[in-house]
Amino acid sequence: MQDKVFISFQNNDEARPVIDAIMEDNPTAVLSEMPAMVKIDAPMRLVVRRETIEKNLGRAFDLQSIHINLISLSGNIDESEDEFILAWGRR
Amino acid sequence: MAVKKASLKEKYRLMTRGLDWETTYQPMDKVFPYDKYEGIKIKDWDKWEDPFRLTMDAYWKYQAEKERKLYAILDSFSQNNGQLNLSDARYLTAIKLWMQGITPLEYAAHRGFSHVGRQFRGAGARVACQMQALDELRHAQTQMHAFSHYNKYFSGFHQANHMRDRAWYLSIPKSFFEDAMTAGPFEFVTSISFAFEYVLTNLLFMPFVSGAAYNGDVATTTFGFSAQSDESRHMTLGLEVVKFVLEQHEDNVPIMQRYIDKWFWRGYRLLALVGTMMDYMLPKKVMSWAEAWGVYWEENGLALFNDLSRYGIRLPKYHEIATKEKLHITHQAWMVFYTACPATAFHAWLPQPYEMDWLSEKYGETFDRFYRPRFEKFGDLEKAGKRFYTNRLPLVCQTCQIPDFFTEVDNPMKQAVRHSEWRGMKFNFCSDGCKDIFVNEPEKFCQAYIPPQQIYQGNAGGARTLAEYAAWLRCGMGTESGDYYSSDDYANWLKWHGERDTTPSSSAAAQP
Repeated sequence: MQDKVFISFQNNDEARPVIDAIMEDNPTAVLSEMPAMVKIDAPMRLVVRRETIEKNLGRAFDLQSIHINLISLSGNIDESEDEFILAWGRR
Repeated sequence: MAVKKASLKEKYRLMTRGLDWETTYQPMDKVFPYDKYEGIKIKDWDKWEDPFRLTMDAYWKYQAEKERKLYAILDSFSQNNGQLNLSDARYLTAIKLWMQGITPLEYAAHRGFSHVGRQFRGAGARVACQMQALDELRHAQTQMHAFSHYNKYFSGFHQANHMRDRAWYLSIPKSFFEDAMTAGPFEFVTSISFAFEYVLTNLLFMPFVSGAAYNGDVATTTFGFSAQSDESRHMTLGLEVVKFVLEQHEDNVPIMQRYIDKWFWRGYRLLALVGTMMDYMLPKKVMSWAEAWGVYWEENGLALFNDLSRYGIRLPKYHEIATKEKLHITHQAWMVFYTACPATAFHAWLPQPYEMDWLSEKYGETFDRFYRPRFEKFGDLEKAGKRFYTNRLPLVCQTCQIPDFFTEVDNPMKQAVRHSEWRGMKFNFCSDGCKDIFVNEPEKFCQAYIPPQQIYQGNAGGARTLAEYAAWLRCGMGTESGDYYSSDDYANWLKWHGERDTTPSSSAAAQP
């Protein structure tokens, strides 16, 4: 079994375009819903892309504002304006 | 010509580098006296990088937005009498335990990070500690604000500070944090940011807070998730500290491994309280402790340690014991709360039949064979008007300060006790994990302030009995303490909902 990274968000309207974008950009990701939250697990690597969120949202989006509805995560982080990556393995 | 906007990476570098200087009229070692004595060797502080690259201006912006959202929800909760929409007032025992046990830790973390933020000589690390110190203060304040609404309607939410310094069960979280705060700065950050926040707090802030949502507690859900969003930054800091220190010098590896071993075990012991909140205090169940341990430790925790293995770090010592114990510890802890609740500022009760069935489903033979029969026996005693309360003070572990009720990992019928002698004194422990910690630092742990010893020495207002001790805590049977079904909280809950007492255990009103 490959080690999983995860990211978790509050299940609300503001987070939904972000959650949808993650599921779109990470075909191996698995979404679990629990009361008030979602947890997304993916083997080894997961990417959050600004472009996909903006397409879903129909407006500009500052990737750092995912902090507002973020609950938790696991994995080594690499963050830029365009992508937020969680991964296991050498950085 | 328009000035080109700095990229996130450039902005982070500009905002966290060159803020400091090499001192000239005092040696650096005198200005930063604490960051070398642990033996950790740092060659280049500039290698420190905060993976979130959050600068102070962005920090203020997002924190302000989180606060606005949170307080709008807290206002709405109180204006609409949200307390009436809880699943059941029993739920509030978990929140009382949170207020008494966890909120003071947030404040202690604020103090701790303010301290180490001053003591690290690298500016990047100082900026991260400064943000975390502010976060922790925010968590303490938002939790008190959220709980202040419950304080209007339910008992046990008042005087958390008074309780913190007196209640036997609160010496468990208190001693945990005081141990961390009196350690060196690298041990502090490893203990709190890595072992506790990265490895273990997901168990509190994810499944439990999700459970709070399921039980109608909008206020706790909101501050809980709002706090955990800060925690994801803290966890990232914790992992960064560990990787940074390990990359700096190979001599750091055994020191960090010892910290990880120690603080995994201390944090795991502390979380027995959280597991009990999930299994026994949520009237509507979401996930069992054993399931949560499976997801957040056995899956996510092990993945993290696989990743760290390339630095020469192995899994924390005794992790396999923790995994074996997942089927037992919450039942054992709840039984202690059930029998000792005359001396706690929260209520306890026997699980209702639907809850016993849920526990059977989740814990299978372990529950049915070892714990259900005891609860049924307690139920028979209640029906006979002889509700069982313990009337003696327990042996307490010198390290984690939890009463000695855990059992041998391969024999749940045998209480686990370990001993160690030091300077002619005998010390007692709940486990090999706690004994090892003592043996590594006897000078520190021989000074632990153990509640039962202190009570017998007359340092609890001279109390000799549990009732006198409860009075010294400013707790009374039926108000703050005792069985839920003979409490004011239960009577009020029925009154507010226009209901009559129909529970089978309503005859549990017998006094100790």
